[in-house]
Amino acid sequence: MTGPEVPEGTEQRVILRLTDVVKTFPGVRALDGVTLEVRAGEVHCLLGQNGAGKSTLIKVLSGAHRPDSGHIEWLGEPVSFPSPQAAMKAGIATIYQELDLVDDLSVAENAFLGHEPRRFGLLRRGHIARRTRQILGRLGHPEIPPTRAVRALPSAGKQVVSMARALSHEAKLIIMDEPSAVLAHDEVGNLFRIIRDLTANGIAVIYISHRLEEIREIGDRVTVLKDGRTTAANLPARTTPTRDLVSRMTGRSIEYVFPQRPAEPPERGPGTELLRVEGLTRHGEFADVSLTVAKGEIVGIAGLVGSGRSELLETIFGARRPDAGTVQVAGRPLRPGSVAAAVRAGVGMAPEERKSQALLLGEPIYRNITLARFTDYATAGLTNAGRERAEAERIAVSLDLRPPGVRRPVGTLSGGNQQKVVVGRWLLGRVRLLLLDEPTRGVDVGARAELYQVIRRLASTGVGVLLVSSEVPEVLGLSDRALVMREGRMIHEAPAAELDEDTVLDLVMAGSLMKEVAV
Amino acid sequence: MSSRSASTAQAAPGDAGTRAADRAARRRNWWRDDASEGVRRNLGLVGVLIILFVIGFLTKPELYGDPSWFASNLLSILKLASGIGVVTVGMTFVIIGGGIDLSVGAIIALAGVWCTTVATQSYGAAGMIFCALAVGIGVGFVNGALISYGRLVPFIATLAMLVAARGLASAISGQQTQVSRNDTINAIASTEPLGVPLLVWIFAVVVAAGWVLLNRTTFGRRTVAVGGNAEAARLAGINIRWHTLLLYVLSGLCCGIAAIMLTSQATSAQAAMANLYELDAIAAVIIGGTLLSGGRGTIIGSLLGVLIFSTITNLFAVNNLSTEAQNMLKGGIIVVAVLIQQFRYRSLSQLLGRSKTTPATTTTTTA
Repeated sequence: MTGPEVPEGTEQRVILRLTDVVKTFPGVRALDGVTLEVRAGEVHCLLGQNGAGKSTLIKVLSGAHRPDSGHIEWLGEPVSFPSPQAAMKAGIATIYQELDLVDDLSVAENAFLGHEPRRFGLLRRGHIARRTRQILGRLGHPEIPPTRAVRALPSAGKQVVSMARALSHEAKLIIMDEPSAVLAHDEVGNLFRIIRDLTANGIAVIYISHRLEEIREIGDRVTVLKDGRTTAANLPARTTPTRDLVSRMTGRSIEYVFPQRPAEPPERGPGTELLRVEGLTRHGEFADVSLTVAKGEIVGIAGLVGSGRSELLETIFGARRPDAGTVQVAGRPLRPGSVAAAVRAGVGMAPEERKSQALLLGEPIYRNITLARFTDYATAGLTNAGRERAEAERIAVSLDLRPPGVRRPVGTLSGGNQQKVVVGRWLLGRVRLLLLDEPTRGVDVGARAELYQVIRRLASTGVGVLLVSSEVPEVLGLSDRALVMREGRMIHEAPAAELDEDTVLDLVMAGSLMKEVAV
Repeated sequence: MSSRSASTAQAAPGDAGTRAADRAARRRNWWRDDASEGVRRNLGLVGVLIILFVIGFLTKPELYGDPSWFASNLLSILKLASGIGVVTVGMTFVIIGGGIDLSVGAIIALAGVWCTTVATQSYGAAGMIFCALAVGIGVGFVNGALISYGRLVPFIATLAMLVAARGLASAISGQQTQVSRNDTINAIASTEPLGVPLLVWIFAVVVAAGWVLLNRTTFGRRTVAVGGNAEAARLAGINIRWHTLLLYVLSGLCCGIAAIMLTSQATSAQAAMANLYELDAIAAVIIGGTLLSGGRGTIIGSLLGVLIFSTITNLFAVNNLSTEAQNMLKGGIIVVAVLIQQFRYRSLSQLLGRSKTTPATTTTTTA
């Protein structure tokens, strides 16, 4: 498949140019110098991991956020959009993943929502319906009736309505945030056809997706973001080797400092087995997963977002109920679907989303550390805040929490120190097995090294660790044994020391695009 | 917050000198510190109460200047606040736990009517009290079960209960006012141990118990956790469903207590009693600074909210002003309180805004 080719030299004019755009939120530089150049009639792909700044960038472009510094040039003029309406009016339309349509209004009403043609203050319903029909025809979907309620449409149809809305604004640039995420496979082909029609008419598309194969198929150029910065701009979408793209997305930039592995690997055998998972399955998430973790062993799972790894950890922890399979901790079966049972058995988990899944941000640090254990310090239901603070203080010191002091709200800590609180929670009482989901996401380099030390130290005291990370070097550097997960299945297992990053990346992405590159 | 940045820069954590500096910084930043926010809010509410009394003094100096009138007026304000105050304590727990209970007034009516039926009265005062509390707990249990295990939205479940419980109350009473012929029950409202009405004592005990329950027990800690971040609470092994159910049981229990107090005051009960108590209680909780979204709130704040409302009622009565004007003023106060809360909430969500993005670290990029 080929879209409109944009060979070097004969390019279309640049319609959007961002230079050194910076956007900070309290404590965070979400965008830290983003450069982006979009030409008329091209599909420009934005690549980046979760948290790389893609969403913030979209919001800056669509007028929802205003940048702190940097330049945005639109159609050759410097601009600053004070509101989403202003960006729309200027010709930049955004189609969000969650499709911000009003379910109970009709297709036509949604397409012209907010800028309905009026005469004498009354809606020109006939006119609106006619224009909507026209636009839908242009999008190759004349079969969608403009009077149909949006609620009655499938996701793909809703997406078409979102695009109709963009066209009703005469948009010259359409930003699509993971448009394929809500579509079935054959519907994606249709989406691509629409995108090609649009670009053939000179409309530019910024296309955001995690799926590299889509970028290969529809994209013209790629800009890669990492940690709020452009790490590579305007790479050719079809010919840039996958490894280049992935390495610019995932790291290589970070100096990983891993603690020394113990001289001899932890003993594995019937007596030392801590966790045994057999045939664990959740339909649509992961299937037939079996694994073991021994005492004092660190087992890492490598896999992409959506490979089922987080769901697997949560199921082992009892936060999700498996459809099939068993989990045993130290030889005893764990009651499925019960977090309390897992906690009692000495299992702890640091979930993927620190803030939404693990912390009470407004509450003091010590209460967050003792969240799973405060009952143990209570007598007859009365909490013992003094004891809790003392215990939390001990954990804080052992993890070198900064700033020290456990009374301030946990929300005032940096990401790395918040993560220490989440991990530290399970160090109170007897923890036997720690499940860590992306333990270093959003954690700066220094704090990363410290967390690695903490994890290794725990393992040396006999705690088993099962960790999941999108960063392959982390899995390889920290673990004793590495597992590779793809599309809900365990596909490889080996001692971490025997694997290298390229092999793992090959495995992680196999089937999608490595083949294509090989051709 | 500068205290944070100052202490982050410390080279040696835990050092005594820096600790002292940290403490000094904390004191300097008290007015901006998140941890002291609850206390500051409550001071503001005390200020409102004082203003109300000053207004009373300015409008009726001859009464407010008389110490004995003032003292007895103070007691009548507290007595006025006692019934709704007890309900508000339960409501505070429900709202901190992330829910809402619209059925409190209806529960009071049902409990009041049930405990004054001829059959129940034949069991004596103990039987009537037991009946009122059991009805409150029972209805609260049904609310909680519908919400926790039936996964109904609290608003819907308790709205349905509001309608149903009042319906049941009027069916039981046959739309008649049921007179309490039990002297012990009727005496609750008129006894004044140590010169303070028993109703006020009950109110005080419930508030004190509520404060201890929220701030000093594992139950209170779970309430804050469930309301503040249900997912985090669940992943810490807290049984959030069971706990949510208990919150509505607690609210029902408070309604049962209030039902006895109101029945005693009126020496009767009827299906229309405690009308719109749900709104008064919710308003008091909100004025008291409890986040409607849960996770944050104080018993003291709710107490002050109730006292502000009853002081206004009392002030208007003393000045012979209409209840219409009084209701408009109350409405205005609710709006102002929520505006203040939103303002505070915005700064809180800025704090939370950090979660949306990864901190841009000091990485260097290599091509």
